[in-house]
Amino acid sequence: MSTGQEVLVRVENVEKTFRRGSEEVHVLSGMNLDVPSGEFLALMGPSGSGKTTLLNLIGGLDRTTTGSVKIGSERLDQMSDRQLAAWRARHVGFVFQFYNLMPALNAERNVELPLLLTHLSRAQRKRHVQTALEVVGLSHRAKHYPRTLSGGEQQRVGIARAIVTDPTLLLCDEPTGDLDRKSGDEILSLLQALNQDQGKTIVMVTHDPHASNRATRTVYLEKGQLSAEKPE
Amino acid sequence: MKFLSLVWSNLKRKKLRTSLTMLSLCVAFILFGLLSAIKESFSAGVELAGADRLIVRHKVSLIMTLPVAYKARMERVEGVAAVTHQTWFNGIYQDEPKNFFASMPVEPEPFLAMYPEYVLPAEQKEAWLKTRTGVIVGRTLAERFNWKIGDRVPLMSPIWPRKGDEAWTFDIVGIYDGEKKGTDTSGFYFRHDYFDEGRAQGEGEVGWYSVRIQDPEQAAATAAAIDAEFANSPYETKAEPEGAFIQGFAQQIGDIGAILTAILSAVFFTILLVTGNTMAQAVRERTEEIGVLKSMGFTNELVLALVLAESCLIAAVGGLSGLGLAWLFISAGNPAPTMLSVFYLPNHYLGIGVGLVLALGLVAGIFPAIQAMRLQIAVALRRNA
Amino acid sequence: MNWISQIVAVAIFNLRTIPNRKGSAITTVVGIAGVVAVFVGVLSIAEGFRAAMTVSGSDDVVIVLRSGADSEMNSGLSREETRLIADVPGVARNAEGALLSSELFVMVNLPKRSTGTDANVPLRGVGKEAASVRHNIQIVSGRMFELGRNEVIAGAGAARSFAGLDVGNKLRVGQNEWEVVGVFTGGGGSAESEVWTDAAVLQPAYNRGDTFQSVYAKLTSPDSFVQFRDALAANPQLKVKALLQKEYLAEQSKALTSFIETVGVGITALMALGALFGALNTMYSAVAARTREIATLRAIGFGASPIVFSVLLESVALAIVGGVAGAAGAYFALDGFQTSTINFQTFSQIAFAFTVTPQLLAKAILWAAAIGMLGGLFPAIRAARLPISTALRET
Repeated sequence: MSTGQEVLVRVENVEKTFRRGSEEVHVLSGMNLDVPSGEFLALMGPSGSGKTTLLNLIGGLDRTTTGSVKIGSERLDQMSDRQLAAWRARHVGFVFQFYNLMPALNAERNVELPLLLTHLSRAQRKRHVQTALEVVGLSHRAKHYPRTLSGGEQQRVGIARAIVTDPTLLLCDEPTGDLDRKSGDEILSLLQALNQDQGKTIVMVTHDPHASNRATRTVYLEKGQLSAEKPE
Repeated sequence: MKFLSLVWSNLKRKKLRTSLTMLSLCVAFILFGLLSAIKESFSAGVELAGADRLIVRHKVSLIMTLPVAYKARMERVEGVAAVTHQTWFNGIYQDEPKNFFASMPVEPEPFLAMYPEYVLPAEQKEAWLKTRTGVIVGRTLAERFNWKIGDRVPLMSPIWPRKGDEAWTFDIVGIYDGEKKGTDTSGFYFRHDYFDEGRAQGEGEVGWYSVRIQDPEQAAATAAAIDAEFANSPYETKAEPEGAFIQGFAQQIGDIGAILTAILSAVFFTILLVTGNTMAQAVRERTEEIGVLKSMGFTNELVLALVLAESCLIAAVGGLSGLGLAWLFISAGNPAPTMLSVFYLPNHYLGIGVGLVLALGLVAGIFPAIQAMRLQIAVALRRNA
Repeated sequence: MNWISQIVAVAIFNLRTIPNRKGSAITTVVGIAGVVAVFVGVLSIAEGFRAAMTVSGSDDVVIVLRSGADSEMNSGLSREETRLIADVPGVARNAEGALLSSELFVMVNLPKRSTGTDANVPLRGVGKEAASVRHNIQIVSGRMFELGRNEVIAGAGAARSFAGLDVGNKLRVGQNEWEVVGVFTGGGGSAESEVWTDAAVLQPAYNRGDTFQSVYAKLTSPDSFVQFRDALAANPQLKVKALLQKEYLAEQSKALTSFIETVGVGITALMALGALFGALNTMYSAVAARTREIATLRAIGFGASPIVFSVLLESVALAIVGGVAGAAGAYFALDGFQTSTINFQTFSQIAFAFTVTPQLLAKAILWAAAIGMLGGLFPAIRAARLPISTALRET
């Protein structure tokens, strides 16, 4: 995969407005952001600054009020729900702060979930799951259920689930937010390795400077606006 | 089906709730099975009634008798193929009205020819023709009193006392089976010649006639012709198809069907609520999970299908086991032989039951499923933070 | 804080959270209401039938049948036998002789008003003392039939249920045409389901010669029954048996009422089981939803038993709400609903009304409370056993 300067994510003039009762809340206004392919971008900013909203828009989980989101050559804001779902299944992997594993499924079946949407055979799915678990170093925990895993391990299962379909883009929402420093460092190293060795483009929301230090670039959000510098 | 194991895993996580819901469904379908069997037994025979048979009775009332000489006259009516008669004997066994069963004197050969659904081995038929005091009893009746061929059974009849007021005694020479499931095998049929000669009064009188007609399409016309034959005589008749006769009797019991349907509706309404509530809880608890599935690319329609599948699976496990248990119970035998002459579950009720299982699963799951389908991913995921 | 006020405090706290669990709570209430409604509905049929059969039975009226007969339908007595019965000591007399009525009991086919289908309506031929033997017969419209004429009077229940029994109508029975000249009541009893005429007119119409099927007689007092019965038994010319009318009617209604009661209780028990599972679900989820609150209460010093009692209290309260709603629904929808069915002893119709008695309502609400009790018990125990430290950490 190329690590050149071509732009993978292009957010242009995006507005996002929520209705809360009769009141309109402007979460994002006039947002512009380019993420080149192969970048590991950290999004920082105080609570309510619109970080997660922006991440959701890039991941096709939510729609812009106005403006466009373009990933590669595809305009997310012009897709139907069904097209968006299919696009997500192929191109994007999500990592959540609270891991969001299915408690009823063991590690291996959690990782397998996104593969159910593909046409892969049972054996092929098994191979992909094994590979993903090896990448995150959890092959020996494949049969464990989430409640028997530590927070760091659960997050690694979450990452394995995000990369099992080999997406180009990884979106992480506070991936270390619920972890102690040591486990958090391990997760960040893993993300860094995925970025450097496998060329994954990563957008990570965080408020931890320690985490943003591992990124190749950091941008700051403040009241729905972007600033290159850390605001005072 | 790769998604099925996902649905199954979800069911297993709240084992207690899932099993309680399945148990209520199971109970609902046990009730469905049992009540259907009761309903069936009250309308017993309407469907099995011979389309080519008429019942001819005294016009005023079933309890009044007709002359035996009518047989020959009926045979001459156009459209009539065969005629035989029966008489209500009201035999009382062991002086105990609780031991009630239907007992009737008949003409053996014409009777068996008229009712081919009563299956009697050839040598037992021979024995019946040879034994004046011989009686054939149905399988369920024989099992009820543990009777065997060769047993001698004394009966008293309050309607037809025997000359000298002795008990009537009968020798069991045959046990007949039903040709189909649902054929009534609770009857006690003995020979009319023995009866006619022994009774203290009423010689030459019979209860009613069974008439086989040549063309079932002409049933109404043939019935009218028979009634016309005996119009304005002291013994006017009422002829009607056997099915109508049986149905008329069932309707006299009252609207059993409506009462049972009302009960079942109450049962299903209740169970629907229980199952629906379970599914609603399940979806509520899993809001974030549904959001995650969607973020992975599960479409809204797939999420809808998964919730419906889960609800149908609960319904299927609970409902089908209930139907199965009901079927086992019903197969084990008739719990109230004096009230219910037959007790069985016709196959079409099993079909209806399976349909209801599916319908219940879909209806209980549809609102939670739609809710899950409409769930906005961003909103669902935010609940966690 | 003492024990009682602890329970009250926790219970109020619990009840206040019910609106948050509306779905489950409504499920429990409606589920139990359904059980109770079916219970009351089915058993009110049995009550109504029993009432119709037995209400008019009195303990100074006897019925005499041929020995061996289990109902009037299959009994038979000659005129000579009825004369001998009239002479037996114990029978009450007035100026004209014994208070006794020799009767015939047959059926006539009439269409049901509700369905239009033929039904076997009991037709009774009576003697002129029939109304004085039974103390509660009253003509409510028209007049009494005249002896020797083709006239009938219809019981109020029969007139309501079967077509053609309005005063002034003519019934065709075989070769004869009989006019309906009156409608009578019989204290709500089984006579109201019957059509009456003069026995002497009925005999030829039904080819009965000079025979009867039963004798109804009034006794000088209820105490003379034993004397009467023994005197009948002692007479070698009579092969008959005597029963108090009350016992006879109770016997006649037994088969059907016990069948309905068995089926009704069986259905209710199964339904109750279903509702119990629903109630258990509700209460388990109620406890699960409050794990943290319960642990907090325990941590600040509430005992285990107030927790148990408060959960039970909530469950029973929900159940009783359901029970009262179901019982009230059944009462308003069904009580007094007129219908008719066949009496299997005589194969003839008897009209009756669904009867919801206070005892039935009380029993139904007890069922509901029992379901609530059982449904709350196990969840309550689980709540009390929650280890405080881990429960506090639950989210």
